[in-house]
Amino acid sequence: METFLGLDYPTWWFLVVGGLFSGYAILDGFDFGAGAWHMFFRQNKSREIALKAIDPTWHGNEVWLVIGGGTLFAGFPVFYGTLLSAMYTPFILFLLFIIFRGISIKFRNMEEMPWWRKMWDWSYSISSIMLAVLLGVVVGNVLNGMPLDENYEYIGGGFFEFLNPFSILVGITSLALFMMHGGIYLLLKTEGKLYDRLQDLLKKGIIFFIVSYLITTVYTLLYVTHLSEVFRENQALFVVPLLVFLSIANVPRLVSKKKYGWAFIFTSLTIALLFVLVAFELFPRLLLSSGIEANSITIYNAAASTKTLKIMMGFVAVGGPLVLLYSFFVYRTFWGKVKVDAESY
Amino acid sequence: MDVEILSRVQFAFTIAFHYIYPPLSIGIGLLMVVFESLYIRTKNKQYEVLAKFWTKIFAITFGIGVVTGIVMEFEFGTNWATYSRYVGDIFGSALAAEGIFAFALESSALGVLLFGWNRVKPWVHLVATLGVFLGSMFSAVWIVVANSWQQTPTGYHIVGEGMQARAEIVDFWAMVFNPSSVDRLTHVWLGAFLAGSFLILSVHAYYILKGRYVEISKKAFKITLVVATISSLAQLFTGHSSAEGVAVNQPAKLAAFEGHFDAEAPGDLYLMGWVDKENQKVTGLKIPGGLSFMLHQDFETPVTGLNAFPEEDRPSQVNAVFQFYHLMVAIGMFLIALSLFAMWQWKRGKLFEKKWLLWTFVFTAILPQLANQFGWFAAEMGRQPWVVYGLLRTSDALSKSVQANQVLFSLILFFIVYSILLLLFIYLMNKGIKNGPYDEENYDEGSLNKAIAGVVLNDINK
Repeated sequence: METFLGLDYPTWWFLVVGGLFSGYAILDGFDFGAGAWHMFFRQNKSREIALKAIDPTWHGNEVWLVIGGGTLFAGFPVFYGTLLSAMYTPFILFLLFIIFRGISIKFRNMEEMPWWRKMWDWSYSISSIMLAVLLGVVVGNVLNGMPLDENYEYIGGGFFEFLNPFSILVGITSLALFMMHGGIYLLLKTEGKLYDRLQDLLKKGIIFFIVSYLITTVYTLLYVTHLSEVFRENQALFVVPLLVFLSIANVPRLVSKKKYGWAFIFTSLTIALLFVLVAFELFPRLLLSSGIEANSITIYNAAASTKTLKIMMGFVAVGGPLVLLYSFFVYRTFWGKVKVDAESY
Repeated sequence: MDVEILSRVQFAFTIAFHYIYPPLSIGIGLLMVVFESLYIRTKNKQYEVLAKFWTKIFAITFGIGVVTGIVMEFEFGTNWATYSRYVGDIFGSALAAEGIFAFALESSALGVLLFGWNRVKPWVHLVATLGVFLGSMFSAVWIVVANSWQQTPTGYHIVGEGMQARAEIVDFWAMVFNPSSVDRLTHVWLGAFLAGSFLILSVHAYYILKGRYVEISKKAFKITLVVATISSLAQLFTGHSSAEGVAVNQPAKLAAFEGHFDAEAPGDLYLMGWVDKENQKVTGLKIPGGLSFMLHQDFETPVTGLNAFPEEDRPSQVNAVFQFYHLMVAIGMFLIALSLFAMWQWKRGKLFEKKWLLWTFVFTAILPQLANQFGWFAAEMGRQPWVVYGLLRTSDALSKSVQANQVLFSLILFFIVYSILLLLFIYLMNKGIKNGPYDEENYDEGSLNKAIAGVVLNDINK
């Protein structure tokens, strides 16, 4: 198989798609987190500021989902088809909550009636919570594996099959992670009363995350044993979970010193490292067949042709820096604490 | 109901709903760029007011367009898994390119467009507006390329067999510039310009009729009328060129457009009609041999008809395809006539004197929307029974693991949610239009500055 800098193209593409989805989780993750906290703010004014903190940038963050979806479709079409059709219900719900999240932000301030604003506040917050949970649930199902036939087609049950204890645990953990992450982001963007309130909330958020992360880890080691195989076989790789642990441990330390900028960097790093952990647990598989193991989807049997992957690498090489440049410009334009002033459109 | 019908209905419903918004965004985006450029060039505050006003309307259409667009991207996987595996190399690449090269640009620039009026220099803001507009144009490029490949596949080869057969790219540029890409892209762009410009014409015609914002509305109306006239005329050429392409590349579809059954006979051109599929007869008003003339400049040249294809390779809904196609053409002709007539009145200096003309413009906003929808229904239903023309049948493209009750459940949810979206859209558009470009009470002839300050103050108080 053709290689580029010592790695074959499906592996490169595994890294690209993984990188894009971890980028999405880091960026839209703080939007979800901010949304999950939304109803904890009691005053209309606070909610308005909290929304303004993410308003100019959440659109750009959602781009990562669109690009991630496109590259997954193009790079691993077999996986894309199987995963989305097998996870039909959670993906449809995810899409509907993406709609509600988006329009809630857009429409909330278009009317002044308190009931109108309250309605969109609830819709925004519930959507954000559900999006965070559903992302985790899908990841949980991928990690868990599912029954596949020899054409890599899903052969399990329909409606509620996606709800199993492990995926629910991963879902709750991802909600907790995003709440911690989003809480810190809001602290960076706010001041005054809301800032004080957030400091209190964040402490609870950190405890919520650490507890749910520990439970999920223990559950994984006891019941989803295929995930830790790679670490048993190659002890050097133990450094990955160790780094995750250190990165997580650093967050409460930085938060207690009120170094929120650094804390945000470490929650971001934690998300990225969790993706690395998942990548090691899976590689080179993408979706484990829980019945006949030979039916598992791997990066090799799911990949598009090498030619397509090469073309797409070109896209990413040219487009990636452009995307980063736009993002840099937008974040720089809206840098700093939110002021409620004449700059709303 | 079976999974195939439900999935097709769901896809048609979600894509048709989605397609209300992107054309508006592209069309309004174009005029936002024009108004803002004029403001920067002339320093006339009226253009700034116009640019800001239409940006507000744009924000509503863009927002709904994005969220309903994300649904489309993932629906290929959820409902059409076999299709996704089959075309992932090609269709997926185009979608990924759309995300990287177009959507990223428009979404990032959007933040500055909406919230950056006072944060960046005027020319930087114009660059952002341009970025959003160009991004939406590029989006259309990749989406139309992907769809055109389904109509006229080139630059690929098939590997694997049965359930594991897949189309892979052999020649990327041949895939991108497949025979129908350019015609269809220009047709889609112009359709979008028409949707946006006729909405703007409608709103400003309404203001003029109601005696509100008259001065700036007249300015906006004239500028937009130029765009609408050029677009509607140009649309005639892209449409004709597109139809010629269909005749060569998808003869069964062209035959369905005109209800032409005879395998080898001169084709008639219908102005309107009704297709009786059972008896292979069309009743209506026709130019005998007109289709042959349009395609070959000769009334006698035979055109391949539906009977040249086996029953299972023809579109089944011939009458529907026929009607959608003819309604689209009729609306296109009406738009040309209306805009040329208005241009003529303008030349005579009587553009704003005829109330009935302005009222016509008020109601015409809906027509380009309908033409866009009808055109796509004709194109997509005319391609049936294929999802990728000649390669993959729609009935084979489904997700094998999805059950009917799941699709029924999602279809109902989409129906409810999209109904709410539509109501919100209408409500907010109506409100935006009622509120108008600026606060009339603070309006003071000659100093729009003050008026703008009034709008800004109002925003703060909210």
